[in-house]
Amino acid sequence: MEAARKKFILQWADNSMILGQRLSEWCGHGPVLEQDIAITNIALDLIGEARYLYQILAVEEGKSEDDYPFMRKEAEFYNLLLVEQPNEDWAYTIVRQCIYDHFHYHFLAAVSRSKDEELAAIAVKSLKEVRYHLKFSSEWLIRLGDGTEESHQKMQNALNVMAKFASEAFLSSEADLWMLENCGEPDLAKLKETADKDLLEVIREATLSWPNQQTVRRGGKAGIHSEHLGYLLATMQYMQRTYPGMEW
Amino acid sequence: MTQVSSLEDRFLQIIDADEKIEPKDWMPEEYRKTLIRQISQHAHSEIVGMLPEGNWITRAPSLKRKLALLAKVQDEAGHGLYLYSACETLGIDRSTLLDQLHTGKAKYSSIFNYPTITWADMGAIGWLVDGAAIMNQVPLCRCSYGPYARAMVRVCKEESFHQRQGYEIMTVLCKGSEEQKVMAQDALNRWWWPSLMMFGPNDADSTHSELSMRWKIKRFSNDELRQRFVDMTVPQAELLGLTIPDKDLKYNEAKKGYDFGTINWDEFWEVVKGNGPCNEERLRARVEAHDKGQWVRDAAAAYARKQKEKSSLSKTA
Ligand SMILES: [Fe+2]
Ligand SMILES: [Fe+2]
Ligand SMILES: [Fe+2]
Repeated sequence: MEAARKKFILQWADNSMILGQRLSEWCGHGPVLEQDIAITNIALDLIGEARYLYQILAVEEGKSEDDYPFMRKEAEFYNLLLVEQPNEDWAYTIVRQCIYDHFHYHFLAAVSRSKDEELAAIAVKSLKEVRYHLKFSSEWLIRLGDGTEESHQKMQNALNVMAKFASEAFLSSEADLWMLENCGEPDLAKLKETADKDLLEVIREATLSWPNQQTVRRGGKAGIHSEHLGYLLATMQYMQRTYPGMEW
Repeated sequence: MTQVSSLEDRFLQIIDADEKIEPKDWMPEEYRKTLIRQISQHAHSEIVGMLPEGNWITRAPSLKRKLALLAKVQDEAGHGLYLYSACETLGIDRSTLLDQLHTGKAKYSSIFNYPTITWADMGAIGWLVDGAAIMNQVPLCRCSYGPYARAMVRVCKEESFHQRQGYEIMTVLCKGSEEQKVMAQDALNRWWWPSLMMFGPNDADSTHSELSMRWKIKRFSNDELRQRFVDMTVPQAELLGLTIPDKDLKYNEAKKGYDFGTINWDEFWEVVKGNGPCNEERLRARVEAHDKGQWVRDAAAAYARKQKEKSSLSKTA
């Protein structure tokens, strides 16, 4: 497999894997039973999506799907800094989710049009699920932004913190450019316009405002992460690291 | 007087005919109370029961196991939801029930006050705890109270899936390395006796049983169900190559079932009283989740109110 294609797949898979892992921390601790179930559903979808992608690599490289999430080191993960940020509370979780879903949705739509049939098929499948994620996180962003004074403040604070992690998704890596050149999609720069417009509309409806600061935090796609990822991996990889080479 | 007794006669007729009592039917106050206690306890058990297994979601050893465990714990949340709804048909709301849990007034199954220390505990819980739950719950599918019986039909289907999944985790461990086999045996050692305790006190010491039997809320006694569970589980342990931690366990040809050792009821009552290894942690986790969710619930309510006002304004305009 082309190195660029592999890198592209890992970027995508790692986003879903790491965000799924983060969301799974909520299971059993959600603010309401119904929301506990809903957020777990999203975690299930995301980890399922990552799994399909890791399987493509596993077949190609004669490895196991578990080698990718459980046996790689921090710098070998290419997920966005956004998705590795801690849950903090329900406000951070929803803001992070809503930002990510806006990217994810348009990204999948683009990949589903690409000439890479194998990846397009996965994108089509995930798109059905992510349409629901987008609806869920947008509705909650609006509900909490336009709920009580307290919830409004919490959401605005979370948005102020998370906004700087929003752009990395749309900054093309070499792998993204290779895909665009060879498979016609995704055109991240173009995607950004639509995704941003949709997201701003939701934020407006939530009576929130996008912060003025223009800082962009990036690095994840190049394997340079925040301090949070190491701890996430320490937990996630605990079994495989402690008992190497066993079947479970 | 005559009116009450005729209502009561009618109620007992329905019970005796093996038909269902529905929310709008007359029922003795004691029947209602018994059901509320039992169903809410069951609902709380599902929710608190998410915690010991939830403890391993972020550390599950493979993608397949992580997805299965997540889905399982999510199922338990769903069970909690159906059961709270069934309980609400008896005229008590979910927030009152949750308050009872959070203040320690309501109980939940003691089994969830034990810690999950290794991955093998995910196998042992599915196999034994879900297994014991099924044993207890299958007869409840025929319980005289309609909404509870119907909720249990859905719940039991999923529980038996959980049980198979747990047993399969154990199977893989038992076919694995020496370390994995030790892990599996250790989990069985720790979960066996607490699982037997899940059926409640011996019949002679059980307080609520007699009326529950008369009203067909309960169909079999604690000891009967416990015996069935032992008889079902011992051969499964043998198949795994594991040893049940009971030196008195022995097949009894005459009763076509196993004799087993005496349960440590002092331990049982200690855990019920709140002194088990994880009682405090479990309750704290539930209270914390609820308290931290307060602003979310308030905001959702406030938003819903605003939307309603807007729509009624636009209607009058
Ligand atoms: Fe359950
Ligand atoms: Fe149950
Ligand atoms: Fe279960």
